[in-house]
Amino acid sequence: MTVGLFIPCYIDQFYPQVAIATLELLEKHGVKVVFPQRQTCCGQPMANSGFEHLTHSSNELFVENFSGFDYIVSPSGSCALHIKDHLHSDKHENEAAGIRGKMMELTEFLVDVLQVKTLPANFPHKVGLHQSCHGQRGLKLAQMSELVAAPFSKSEHLLRMVDGLELIPLGRRDECCGFGGTFCVAEEAVSVKMGKDRVADHVQHGAEYITGSDMSCLMHLEGILRRQNSNVRVAHIAEILNGKVNA
Amino acid sequence: MKEQGTFKDHAALADKFNADEPRVDWHDKTLWFIREKRDRAAWQLAEWEALRETASQIKDNVLANLPTYLEQFEAQAKANGVTVHWAADAAEHNTIVHNIIKQQGVTRIVKSKSMLTEECHMNEYLAEHGIDVVDTDLGERIVQLAGEPPSHIVLPCIHWKKEEIGELFHEHLGTPKGMADPQFLTAAAREHLRERFLTSPIAITGVNFAIAETGEVVVCTNEGNADLGVQLADVHIACMGIEKLVPQRQHMGVFLRLLTRSATGQPITTYSSHFRKPRPGQQMHIVLVDNGRSKRLGSDDFRNALKCIRCGACMNTCPVYRRSGGHSYHYAIAGPIGSILAPALDMKKHADLPFASTLCGSCSNVCPVKIDIHDQLYKWRQVLAKEGYVSSTKKAGIQGMAAVLSRPAVYTVAGAAGRWFMKYLPFVVNNRFNPWYKQREMPAVPKESFRQWYKDNRKK
Amino acid sequence: MSTSSRDRILNILRTNVPAQKPLPSLDEFVNNVPEGDVATRFIEVVRAIGGALVEAPDLPTIAHYIEQNYIGKRVVSIVPGLESLTTQPTGEDPHLLADVELALINTHFAVAENGACWVTAELLGDRALPFITQQLAMIVRRSSIVPTMHAAYQKIADGSHPFGTFIAGPSKTADIEQSLVLGAHGPKSLTVFLLNDNQ
Repeated sequence: MTVGLFIPCYIDQFYPQVAIATLELLEKHGVKVVFPQRQTCCGQPMANSGFEHLTHSSNELFVENFSGFDYIVSPSGSCALHIKDHLHSDKHENEAAGIRGKMMELTEFLVDVLQVKTLPANFPHKVGLHQSCHGQRGLKLAQMSELVAAPFSKSEHLLRMVDGLELIPLGRRDECCGFGGTFCVAEEAVSVKMGKDRVADHVQHGAEYITGSDMSCLMHLEGILRRQNSNVRVAHIAEILNGKVNA
Repeated sequence: MKEQGTFKDHAALADKFNADEPRVDWHDKTLWFIREKRDRAAWQLAEWEALRETASQIKDNVLANLPTYLEQFEAQAKANGVTVHWAADAAEHNTIVHNIIKQQGVTRIVKSKSMLTEECHMNEYLAEHGIDVVDTDLGERIVQLAGEPPSHIVLPCIHWKKEEIGELFHEHLGTPKGMADPQFLTAAAREHLRERFLTSPIAITGVNFAIAETGEVVVCTNEGNADLGVQLADVHIACMGIEKLVPQRQHMGVFLRLLTRSATGQPITTYSSHFRKPRPGQQMHIVLVDNGRSKRLGSDDFRNALKCIRCGACMNTCPVYRRSGGHSYHYAIAGPIGSILAPALDMKKHADLPFASTLCGSCSNVCPVKIDIHDQLYKWRQVLAKEGYVSSTKKAGIQGMAAVLSRPAVYTVAGAAGRWFMKYLPFVVNNRFNPWYKQREMPAVPKESFRQWYKDNRKK
Repeated sequence: MSTSSRDRILNILRTNVPAQKPLPSLDEFVNNVPEGDVATRFIEVVRAIGGALVEAPDLPTIAHYIEQNYIGKRVVSIVPGLESLTTQPTGEDPHLLADVELALINTHFAVAENGACWVTAELLGDRALPFITQQLAMIVRRSSIVPTMHAAYQKIADGSHPFGTFIAGPSKTADIEQSLVLGAHGPKSLTVFLLNDNQ
């Protein structure tokens, strides 16, 4: 099968190691991966700001880049969700529908499609898992605490395959980190307070690393950690599962 | 963040709220604790999710048959000896209520909790016309004495500390200075309000549910204030939004199992009173209020907000509400549900509210009637942007973003340029004009973007 | 003015109603009776919500309990067979009930899942009584306990009560910093006498 790799703009620009880890992880499992060079963005920042009606060109560009793959995989729950929910094309709606059906976030691809059972990765550290909201409640990557329903978590399932990794418990398992797209600057005070509270929860429970499947959340938490001169680091789950985390 | 004259938007108000971090922690933890109580109560019922789905479907049926159920309700109520009034808007509601009071020649009345009357600003209207309204719910009485609106629809003074309430009671009720014991203060309020119950010939209540089949209204309280007021009064006025109907008595089983567990984690309120006929010699009036609801019924995108049973669970779970407080929403109803109701009433005033959210989705999943709150927040953003209620600076920024992101070559150059500035001239970005930078470090700049790496390492 | 508002509102509603949606069945809830003895559950919950629960084999036992515990206080009893407990008769005016210390009433039935008891106007004498009294006592027959609110509403589906209420525990509030205080405006205490009628 051939997978189109969709890399969110902020990972492309600031966290290339996450994209590299995603690519390597997929290739290690025998997947042929193509990174369409002309991709830019899923359009979410514009749409969430109320300007979905200005996303036509970025949508067309997305359809142009990602038609014809068996799956499109992205190391971002929120971007994957946005495409699944909002990708439309004036000219090529059939293709757009096809892409919506084949768009997958990385951990759900690993668990549901590749059905990964083991990972040759070693990470002997205490790790806090940040459950990003769009992935969790939107893509159903993990059970949400609001529902009276059986627990499950695709990320946790994968992280437990990593040697030496100790998952720490949290006081609030799935509270939002406060990034929220343009919210992070438009409502700076609340955004930062939410981020600080998430960080404090992880730190209190002994996390050495905070991980998750959305780099946007982790970027926000990292910004707070570094301002606090903390030793706690963030690492995208792709990096941990791929066995290569930069210090 | 906007501060025009005296109007502050949510971001500005929330910023002020966050100036006192320990207080924010206290507010947040208190409300999260209530969310946890709700969780424990929900987990006691294996059929909880089935109940939510059923309640949602019952309310869908109500909306699909609203005029019919309203007519049925009115006919039943009238047959029970109740006078039914219809108010197109808040102003008409206030006039109707005032007229009933005037007719009785009464100037002192009591009122139990009614968000509908808050929505209509009824207390202010009546005060302007010489009617002394006392809110009898303890939380509401506290904010009334303080001259504030409630900050939460179920827990009106959740933002007040007991010492502050103690001071307020010292000033207004003559309790000893420094007395902050909740038991003592509640007892003082009991005495103060008991005198009022015994001397108010008219009692206004809200309506939690109105049963079409029987014409009865159901009022749920823990304090018993609605009941005490009504049973000591000559006239009972029940004010309700037209969406508060349930079709049949048997459906109350579903709603009463969900309501209080969702609101506070209790299995039921102390009192769930069914008012069908007035006492012999007593008058009962029901005021049915539209105030934008009939219009909303016609909206595919926003109609579901009419299913709301005013439990407040969405507020308790909302991480933004907990850290900004109800008053940051400048509307009678705050939090997630308030943010999807308010813009319909005044788009200009409340354009900020649908943006006071990260769209995390927690609200929609605690809602006992499955309102798609976070989807409606997103949809409101689209409406507000199209109608021109998003700031022109933001709009320009988004237009710029759209232009860059639809042109791969431009994007690549812009990305590289941005990173260059961050790396070599960080002060251009790391300064007080960059809101990100106020309390967070910017991400580190990598030596190359991914697409550059891919070009160099993979593209053959 | 009001009439035309009525017509205007109904007309807009008729234009704006969405597509029909059927009412769901409640059978799964009515038929799904939780396991365990309803009386045991009821007793647990009443105590958990701040009520006192006293098991009594008969009415004289209840009478004796009240006579012992409310000496010198105004008592009003609306229970057939226990009228003699009333120390001062009620009149027409509910305001004159302001000094009632204890009201004793019957109930139609009770609900195990939440400790609520259903009473209607005919059981109250005066509708104000269970709210204005300082303390409330209610008699629940063991055989009348139902498991859930669904069963409760089945029982009152055709009820013609002009007023009815579910009473669960004493009046309470947590409005002051979430500290639970019993006795907000209604009774400060609730005593449920569980009459073992073994029917």
